[in-house]
Amino acid sequence: MVLTGAEIVIRCLQEEKVEYVFGYPGGAVLFIYDALFQQEQVRHVLVRHEQAAIHAADGFARSTQKVGCALVTSGPGATNAVTGIATAFCDSVPMVIISGQVPTAAIGQDAFQEVDTVGITRPCVKHNFLVKDAKDIASTIKKAFYLAKTGRPGPVVVDIPKDVTAQKAEFAYPQTVEMRSYNPVVKGHQGQIKKALKLLREAKRPMIYTGGGVILSDAAEALTQLTRKLGLPITNTLMGLGGYPASDPQYLGMPGMHGTYEANMSMHFSDVLVAIGARFDDRVIGDPNHFAQEPRKIIHIDIDPSSISKRVKVDVPIVGDVKEVLEDMLRLLEASGETTDKEALATWWKQIDEWRSRDCMKYRNSDEIIKPQFVVQKLWEVTGGDAFVTSDVGQHQMWAAQYYRFDKPRRWLNSGGLGTMGVGLPYAMGAQLAHPGSPVACITGEASIQMCIQELSTCKQFRLPIKICNLNNRYLGMVRQWQELFHGGRYSESYMDSLPDFAKLAEAYGHVGIQVKEPRDVEGAIREAFSRKNDLVFLDFLVDQTENVYPMVQGGKGLTEMILSAEDL
Amino acid sequence: MRHVIALLIENESGALSRVSGLFSARGYNIESLTVAATEDPSLSRMSIVTIGSDDIIEQITKQLNKLVEVVKVVDISESAHIERELMLIKVRATGKDRDEMKRMADIFRGRIIDATDSSYVIELTGNQTKLDSFIGAIDTGLILETVRSGIAGIGRGDRILKL
Repeated sequence: MVLTGAEIVIRCLQEEKVEYVFGYPGGAVLFIYDALFQQEQVRHVLVRHEQAAIHAADGFARSTQKVGCALVTSGPGATNAVTGIATAFCDSVPMVIISGQVPTAAIGQDAFQEVDTVGITRPCVKHNFLVKDAKDIASTIKKAFYLAKTGRPGPVVVDIPKDVTAQKAEFAYPQTVEMRSYNPVVKGHQGQIKKALKLLREAKRPMIYTGGGVILSDAAEALTQLTRKLGLPITNTLMGLGGYPASDPQYLGMPGMHGTYEANMSMHFSDVLVAIGARFDDRVIGDPNHFAQEPRKIIHIDIDPSSISKRVKVDVPIVGDVKEVLEDMLRLLEASGETTDKEALATWWKQIDEWRSRDCMKYRNSDEIIKPQFVVQKLWEVTGGDAFVTSDVGQHQMWAAQYYRFDKPRRWLNSGGLGTMGVGLPYAMGAQLAHPGSPVACITGEASIQMCIQELSTCKQFRLPIKICNLNNRYLGMVRQWQELFHGGRYSESYMDSLPDFAKLAEAYGHVGIQVKEPRDVEGAIREAFSRKNDLVFLDFLVDQTENVYPMVQGGKGLTEMILSAEDL
Repeated sequence: MRHVIALLIENESGALSRVSGLFSARGYNIESLTVAATEDPSLSRMSIVTIGSDDIIEQITKQLNKLVEVVKVVDISESAHIERELMLIKVRATGKDRDEMKRMADIFRGRIIDATDSSYVIELTGNQTKLDSFIGAIDTGLILETVRSGIAGIGRGDRILKL
């Protein structure tokens, strides 16, 4: 059937079962928007800034097992999208972004709203394409979706010049993709898997450390089974929260810069460390040389070979899809009937429980002033630990990660790799659209929320009953914390002056706003917010301005060099 | 350590910038990079000379393999291989220097491919060391211009980089 390029684009999205495309129209994508208008299957969510379109599609993808999809125009539409694309890239989120481009004849002429989108996005996408002929649109979009979701997932940009969307071509959506240059490994090497199991059987102080890869490959179930079967201690990174139930006694909390004492000590002093879909990030192990001081064998399971032996030397690399490898391990374990060294493990757990007894997550609550940790704890209680929780970046992000205990995967959405302020609200939009009727909370701060606050308007238009928990400390909290600890208390530009009245602001957008000043009102306010099933409620908590995030491993230090509380300083 | 990495990549626009962008973004060295289509016009072959520790070279090959359009990557300097580079060098050739320059070109098995009454263009192929030695052997004051192609590398014997 002969269709225009624009119609082909929309037909492709239909074929890929795209439910929502997040976007913003403009000159170069007018034909595509026209084709979008004339159908109902793919629904469009009009954001108020292209950055939010990408984040919302990203949030949709993170909270589901699906590919997020966004549509932006050329020039500023594409450059506004770059932060969102880079955010998704750093956290390996499967996405397809379609951008308009000036007509082919105008490319290179410095035309109105022209930028080299393929050039600008090249370092922050898994792959990108410029489509120069309408007959190539279908095969390119097919490839884009395939690339986005297979192997190590990531965002793929498809840049389409305006004249190509007007051209006519025969449309047939390809059923399969053949790419001689791209064949991601799925199955792990059986010999390596056996070697890993042997190491684990002989280990005296084994430990499991998992990251976002477990969530991305949908391996939480297999991971939980394996961890329980082996009886090992486990830690989930910021990106991996919910990969293993946080309420389980084998769970030691998050590792790293703001991780728990027990998780960091166990990582450091383990003799066999199994890293699964994690990458020994600087925020997780601190100084790699310090980490390497303690002898240990490392087993690393990851779909991306370049993640293995990048920051630390690995003894047993296993390249493959995390879920496949874990299921193979389970099968082999069942078949052999072998287990770990029970006696050694009991001694190891005794040591871990001793570390645990330091109770590093305790904080001094107050009757006079709202402690931010208290708000997160109450949110967890009120939602029964079952909400989709998004965050922005900074102190509130760490408190959310520390005090909201995630028992399920895909419930925690944050920008771990790039650390993008402003993602929280659009992530919540994506999650709420993907899970209508489910509670969605955005834990944010007064600085972060203002980076995408215009989306309150989108939330109104699409009736998204998100609950925003603003931990308002009138500071760029994490910047202030570092300035207090490492820059002699010189608070250079970290103070947020001239803040709006957020409750009134929310009301101006047609939502409900509640300001909370007293600790005793926290729980009631959260309950009230969640009882309003159809309203977006903006809870503005005026919290302690001086509270810091602990425990803390200073940047560049070793994992065991932790500051546990303010008293440690 | 110096390594010669050979790779096959889809011959598409932008492929070169994906590779060169990877090197600059991750702070890897490029001593030289040559690229041209192979006998199969849909494939390009690159020879990249780079310097780095074993860990860095391992990362470079892994990162190159990760590029969606890269079909194959081999560190050909890991085993017996041949490297060749082409140099065109324009030198002043007057008076007694004229004969001397001809002699030096002969010694290095170079060929004079252009001559005027005052200059020669000498074509020279060989590995990097040979070309460096030629430059070292002649009076540098006589060099008017040089252009070098960068290394093209190929494995010896049965070592074949092909689809």
